[in-house]
Amino acid sequence: MHPLVELIGVSKKFGAAAALRSTNLAFQRGKTTVLIGPSGCGKSTLLRLIIGLLEPDGGTIHFNGIPVTATNLAQLRRRIGYVIQDGGLFPHLTARKNVLLMATHLKKPAGEMQRRLSELSALTRFPEAALDRYPIELSGGQRQRISLMRALALSPELLLLDEPLGALDPLVRAALQKDLKEIFARLKQTAILVTHDLAEAAYLGDEIVLMNEGRVVQIGTLEDLRTKPASAFVTEFINAQRSLAVL
Amino acid sequence: MKRMRKAGKKESGRGLCAPISRFYFSCVPAFLILFSSSAVAEPLIIGSKKFTESYVLAEIAKRAIENAGVPVEHRQGMGGTIILWQALRSDQISFYPEYTGTIGEEILKTPPTTTPAEMRNQLAKFGVGMTGELGFNNTYALVMQRTAAEKRQIRRISDLRSHPELKFGLTHEFLDRRDGWRPLAEKYQLPTQNIVGIDHGLGYEALRNDSIDVKDAYSTDAKIGDNDLVVLEDDLQFFPQYKAVFLYRLTLPANVIVVLRSMEGTLDEKRMIQLNAEAERTKNYARAADLYFGDAASPQTRSIGETFAHKLWRWTSRHLELAGISLFLSILAGVPLGIAASRGGALGQAILSVTGAVQTIPSLALLALLVPVPYFGISPRTAIAALFLYGLLPIVRNTATGLQDIALPIRESAIALGLEPSARLWKIYLPIASRTILGGIKTSAVINIGTATLAALIGAGGLGEPILSGLNLNDHVTILQGAIPAAVLALLVQWSFELLDRLLIPKGLRL
Repeated sequence: MHPLVELIGVSKKFGAAAALRSTNLAFQRGKTTVLIGPSGCGKSTLLRLIIGLLEPDGGTIHFNGIPVTATNLAQLRRRIGYVIQDGGLFPHLTARKNVLLMATHLKKPAGEMQRRLSELSALTRFPEAALDRYPIELSGGQRQRISLMRALALSPELLLLDEPLGALDPLVRAALQKDLKEIFARLKQTAILVTHDLAEAAYLGDEIVLMNEGRVVQIGTLEDLRTKPASAFVTEFINAQRSLAVL
Repeated sequence: MKRMRKAGKKESGRGLCAPISRFYFSCVPAFLILFSSSAVAEPLIIGSKKFTESYVLAEIAKRAIENAGVPVEHRQGMGGTIILWQALRSDQISFYPEYTGTIGEEILKTPPTTTPAEMRNQLAKFGVGMTGELGFNNTYALVMQRTAAEKRQIRRISDLRSHPELKFGLTHEFLDRRDGWRPLAEKYQLPTQNIVGIDHGLGYEALRNDSIDVKDAYSTDAKIGDNDLVVLEDDLQFFPQYKAVFLYRLTLPANVIVVLRSMEGTLDEKRMIQLNAEAERTKNYARAADLYFGDAASPQTRSIGETFAHKLWRWTSRHLELAGISLFLSILAGVPLGIAASRGGALGQAILSVTGAVQTIPSLALLALLVPVPYFGISPRTAIAALFLYGLLPIVRNTATGLQDIALPIRESAIALGLEPSARLWKIYLPIASRTILGGIKTSAVINIGTATLAALIGAGGLGEPILSGLNLNDHVTILQGAIPAAVLALLVQWSFELLDRLLIPKGLRL
């Protein structure tokens, strides 16, 4: 069986600077993979290449064994959920309409949409009473929960999260981390999450992909990175995350 | 007779008219109905230029033709020679009063020695005839305040040479004419530093309060006597003869031409000055026509019987019609153009530059360009087309800016969700940009209300009508009759758009 997503020799340049050097990487079904590394290491670029917001300069991306092309991209996007740091919610739509936008657009039956909305509210612990508020009336944590509901609305095969908790205060962040872990487990969701926080990566990820300067440096668990560092950079990166000292 | 008039219209440009009207038909049928009522005008149409004497001559002709039982309509105070000539050539108007000097110098551009018979031959090529002279010679003249002229001992134009400190306030037409300021200054070797362009009616005011010292005038102008001005002697005989005549379509019915020709030789200078003075004193051009016909009261003169309330309604409703239709068309074209412009690139730049450049064309020039186009002519359509063009820029620019200002995360979220481009535009981008787009539409609407006064320059009515006629009569009350309602309309439009904001801008963007 093919991995759900596979990158074969994928590279991307911004001007003269290489954002991602020729990379081979496979993401397995039902697992949460965390991409981590310092700013500019190429982790967000990798995610944006998968959802097609960027086009690779070289190599191909396979989804379910099928190469992604301009023609099948629009269809594939509907099978992928995408959550970004500030939510990217549409300010002119209520929380409910944000979540159901694609379902409404695809003319799903009203009853089915209502059921899905209730399921998602329960799953993400979002109060149903607040569904008719506009994004500006919601807290940062609530906005991320809505963003997650929107990404999950069509039951995507793949969930991409680009620093989804990056802008939240520590308490909200901790609560959401816990909820995310439960949700991934409950849905057996294939997810790729980008973060720069090693603790978050260790808590949520089945597998950690450490990147630096457009290259994958090491793949494994936190334990692997600690005990079998592939290079001096790995150790340096781990030691730089001081909060880990207390773990 | 009616048949002939319609047949004449038919010849004048079906070719261009048809595709344009089809365009209107397909997207805005309501306008076609609205326009067609004015397009199939049955009465003859007289044009007149934007000064008292032209209004008076047209009123006299109107009365004479009505007395002969032919319905006729007077389009008062249309822009300048070029607009009237283009309107006559393209059969938009039936006839208008003109001067031989203007015909030779400006229209046919013939040497001053051309005989009337040669002029008639050349005019006939355009399907235009010329009556004999009505009598008086209304040439250009330079005038000064009597006290100022006597203090400096200026009696002749050549005396001006030794007074380079004098300030000249000249009408724009005079500044540009082939028999106007430049050749005059050359012939008399006059100083050319202190020159300002000023409206004819306002120029008299400027002369009175010493803002200018010398101004161009028409020699039969009643204001010369009223203001105790001196006419400087044309000692080098520069100005050509300006004998008043009527220019008319050769297709006019014979009985109408006979009526026009019956006016030949009936007006000498003294009588014309008297009629002009009467029109300005009573602020009523029809009154001057009464005087011409020996004071016979004229029950059929519309402007006498019309109450102020009715006039105000007529001006205001036409004004709103012009501004409203043009705004609607500006939105219809401006939003798609703005969407295209928001994508940047060469096309986006081109759209913004062209709509911006249109804004800089002076209204009179834009009108003069549109009048000869068959479908437009001197109808309200021309005013609407001009207003439409002026209204584009704010809408195009705001639409483009509003769309470009949408934050990248929101754009990318819309793309990543898998919405196709048209759904992204309609469901996400346009609603989010709605406040900015509506802001542009509001700006356009307010500008349009103000600019719609230009319609009066081609006789298309609206609140510009009293403003122009007041400027011309130097009558502030009449000016305010147009200016105040126009200002009130602009405020009302502003307020109603603020209400519209609440309806059209999504609630989530107003919190």
